[in-house]
Formats: sequence, C-alpha cells, structure tokens
Amino acid sequence: MKYVDEFREPGIISGVARELARTVDPARHYRVMEVCGGHTHSIYRHGLRDVLPPNIELVHGPGCPVCVLPTGRVDDGLAIAARDGVALACFGDMMRVPGTKGTPLELKARGADIRMVYSPLDALRIAEQNPHKHVCFFSIGFETTAPSTALTILRARELGLTNFSVFCNHVTIVPAMRAILDSPDMRIDGFVGPGHVSAITGCRPYEFIAADYGKPVVVAGFEPLDILEAILMVVRQLNANEARVENQYKRIVPWEGNPPALRAMAQVFELRPYFEWRGLGFISQSALAIKESFAVYDAEKLFDIPGVRVTDPRGAQCGEVLKGVLKPPQCKLFGTECNPEHPVGALMVSSEGACAAYYRYAVYAAAVEAPA
Amino acid sequence: MCLAIPGQIVEISAEQPLLARVEVGGVQRNVNIGLLDPGEVGAGDWILIHVGFALSKIDERQAHDQLRMLQAMGEDQLAIEEIRGYTFADQDGELDEIRR
Repeated sequence: MKYVDEFREPGIISGVARELARTVDPARHYRVMEVCGGHTHSIYRHGLRDVLPPNIELVHGPGCPVCVLPTGRVDDGLAIAARDGVALACFGDMMRVPGTKGTPLELKARGADIRMVYSPLDALRIAEQNPHKHVCFFSIGFETTAPSTALTILRARELGLTNFSVFCNHVTIVPAMRAILDSPDMRIDGFVGPGHVSAITGCRPYEFIAADYGKPVVVAGFEPLDILEAILMVVRQLNANEARVENQYKRIVPWEGNPPALRAMAQVFELRPYFEWRGLGFISQSALAIKESFAVYDAEKLFDIPGVRVTDPRGAQCGEVLKGVLKPPQCKLFGTECNPEHPVGALMVSSEGACAAYYRYAVYAAAVEAPA
Repeated sequence: MCLAIPGQIVEISAEQPLLARVEVGGVQRNVNIGLLDPGEVGAGDWILIHVGFALSKIDERQAHDQLRMLQAMGEDQLAIEEIRGYTFADQDGELDEIRR
C-alpha cells in the first residue's frame, strides 16, 4: 500500500505544488483545460485550485456526458418514453436532467414507464423479461461507455430480441476539443486529457492537437497528485515551447488504447455527419450513430422522434459555462434558482458537472468535511 | 460516470465465458468481460469496471489505489450501489419488481 499512501501524502502534493510555483513563468498566464468531468470533480473536491500558482487558470472542459446533451435530445428520449408499450431505461445521472416538460424522474412520477439502470445489459434483461414491452435504452457517454453499448447491441442480436432498442447519444471527445481549439472566443494553452476515455481510445487521437495546433496534451489520472503532475507536465512543455502528447496515467492507459473495445465500437457504430452539443453547437463527426446493419436496434429509426432544437432554460447560461467563457458562479441562476436539489441546467445535475462540483465544494466548502 | 470501479474476479462462468463473478467491497455480481482480450483475465485477477463491463485489467496495487480514490472523491458508496444494481446476469425472479 506504499504506493497509495504516497498518492495521498499531503507533503508530496505540496512538493509538486512548490515545483509548479518554481516552474511557472511569472510573466505568463497559463490557461489549461481539464477536458474530463471526473477531473473537474476531483479538482474541486480536493481544493486543487488553492495550491496552484495564481497565473495558472483551469478551464473546465466538455467531458460531462449529461452536461453536453442538448435539451432537445432529452425531449426526444422522453417522447419515446411517452409511447404506449415502451419502457425507457436510463442511467441514474440522466434521471434528473431537465427536459422541456420535466426530468425523466418527474415523468416517471406522472406514470411514464422509465427505469433506472446501472448497465445497458440491465436494460437488455428488462426486455428479455418483458416480451410484451419494447425496452429502449437511452445511451449517453463518451468512449468510456460507448463500447459497452456496442456489446449490448451485439448481445441483443445474439439473443434474437425484437423488443429492444437504443436511443444512441454517444459522443466522441476529440472533435469537441477541436471545436474548442477552433472557437474564436476560446484561448487554451494546453490540455489535461481524459483518463478513462483514453483507456479506450489510447493517446494517438490527440496527436493532431500537438502537431496541428501546437498545444500540449497530458492524459491524466484522477488523484490530486495525478492532476497536479499533469498540469506541471503541460507547463514544462509550454515553457520549453514544445507540444507533445504525454501519458501521465500509464498505469491504466495503454498508448494504443483497448483494441477489443475499439473493434466493438467500429462494428456497431458509425460517425454522424454532425451532432448538437449544448453550448458548443453543431460539431461535425462528433457523435456515434448505430450502423444500418443494426437498424432494428436503432430507436431513431424505429420511432418518430420530434428532433426539435430547444434553447437552454431562460436565464441559465449552461452553454457559456460549458465553453469556459463563464465560471459557474457568474451564471445568473447559480446557487439561487439552480442548485443540486433543483437543477435548472444539466451542469448542476451530475457530480462531474462544473456547476454541481463548484456548488458542492467551492461555495459551501465549510459545510463539507475535509477529504480523508 | 467516468470513475471506474475496481473489483476482483471470483470465477469466470463455465456456461458464459464472457461473464465473470466479481467481488467489490463484499458485494458479488456478474460483470461482462467482453471488452478484454479472450483469456486476458481469470479468477483472482483485478479489473476496472464501468457500467457492467470490465474496461481494463489492473494489478492489486492499482485496485487499492482506485478504491482509495473513490473514497477520497466521496463516491465509494455510489460505487457499491452501482455494483449491487448490476442484476443482468443474476437468476432473480423478483428483479422486475425491484426495477420498477
């Protein structure tokens, strides 16, 4: 357990923080985006911003699946749930995401057949056990989750199920990073790359960011020390005028990713020409659709879905926060109308959402016990 | 959603080689190992679990590290709740009632 203890040792954390303070160029401002919502959560939970030199600014990225899903897609899923004879299965995070007419949880309370599941395979099992029902799985998530949905669809075919489908909302992180780099109001100097997404994709997909945009990417784990080390690695590259992809999370992330998972995804999914992201708008080739050969499992082909674009709830500035243009407390609804008990916007729902993380740990830090 | 859960394989199912019985914090459930290379894991091995599937094989040290990370993030109880929630491969007739 020595290894673990080292990770939790405050002395080592302050050692890396001191090294960071020594390394930064005081004349320079560093804007570093942590792409993954798990990192955002860890940064707030452990108060990492307090140990960073003041000229390192952390910008929260789009790596929170429920946060980037536009309201129109939530409505589409709920329209499927409203059909006779259909049960909609969602992950827990999804249950409290507001659509125009309420959250999945609220619609369930009003009688819709909506069930919370922890795995897409649980949705499949509900279909097996309820042959009179059609069970649709509302799939969300990045590359960490998409291979699991792919294997579930392959399993449905193996079982010959005809009452199971997937409303596919899987997105891919790299096109979103490209969109941020191309956005005129975003200036990012370097990235802390996602940990478990990269366990699937590997590190190669980020190489264009170093090669074409000249920005460093350091894939990182979720421990406080992992994140601080990754920030230090980004700063060192920037100071040396270098741009490379580095892997701080080698203990979990192989450079080539997870080949069986990538094969499963390639078998079942294809890239959509474009997909809408909350805050970032339409991004080309940024999401996955179910291939034609699996069309019988594709809820978008089986059902008429409204497909209406919906703007963010009035007053909520989720999009600006998601792009990093505004910090959570700068939103007009933050902490008042929009709070974790009554989220108005999706960023207040998941623990990976910047607003929920900020609310829980930064604003009301005193009420939260110190991490063990 | 991105925080994976460490677990130890108790046994691989004889009838369904893609299913592994896994123990996490005293709770045993089946998880799918179809995202790993065939034969990559066996009884006693540690894996990282996400939405019912093994994402990667890890060693014991990494498993403890990951568990401590979940505790530090205040997510360990949620992780156990998630593992308990995997009922896709359990012969439990009451399942449908529980799910409603």
